[in-house]
Amino acid sequence: MSFVVYLTFILMSLALVIVFVRLVKGPTLPDRVVALELIASIMVGMIGVHAIHTETSSFIDVAIVMALTAFLAAIGFARFLERGGPRHD
Amino acid sequence: MIEWLIMFLLLSSAFFMLLAALGILRLPDLPTRMHASTKAGALGAILVMTSAALFFAESVVVTKAVAVILFILITAPIAAHAIGRAGYFVGVPLWEGSVKDELKSSYDPETHRLISGMETAEELDIYRKNLDIKPKVKLKRKKRRI
Repeated sequence: MSFVVYLTFILMSLALVIVFVRLVKGPTLPDRVVALELIASIMVGMIGVHAIHTETSSFIDVAIVMALTAFLAAIGFARFLERGGPRHD
Repeated sequence: MIEWLIMFLLLSSAFFMLLAALGILRLPDLPTRMHASTKAGALGAILVMTSAALFFAESVVVTKAVAVILFILITAPIAAHAIGRAGYFVGVPLWEGSVKDELKSSYDPETHRLISGMETAEELDIYRKNLDIKPKVKLKRKKRRI
């Protein structure tokens, strides 16, 4: 069980690194927003794995808050882009 | 037995998240990247929450995990729709190999208006009359009296 949890952490961290490459490289601002959203999704997953690893069920609440924040950030970025804010891609 | 199921769910969620990350790195333009990240990333989070619900097996945790899963299922398509729409309107270039762009014929980038092509003649008349009206943001806030 412990080995599988560690392996999951390693794979998810690798995914975070790969998404971060796109976040730095991304040619336009919407690409970066998509990368940020995927980072938040991976963070929800890592928080769930951490709850299993430490056997503390309270971390599920943290996952709820993380998902809510990611959704609000994505909607806010989309509104900002459509209203035509200043962009420096 | 249930431990094996939890391990399988954890590993498959990590696999799907890695797949989403690879897709977001390797695919050529914004809609295809969203296609990779939204679906595979949401599936990864859902599998992790399912394994957490199986691991703790208390009614409180199971309820919270189901709430997270429902929340992800509702919000992931909405966020992807909003970002995709904003990206198209901002003018993010599509991949040169894309076959079809159905919004191109009905969207006017200068006036920021959409036509479906199903309008009657009267509606098109009203549309042409109102072309010079820019959409305004109305402030409905009243002054606070002290």
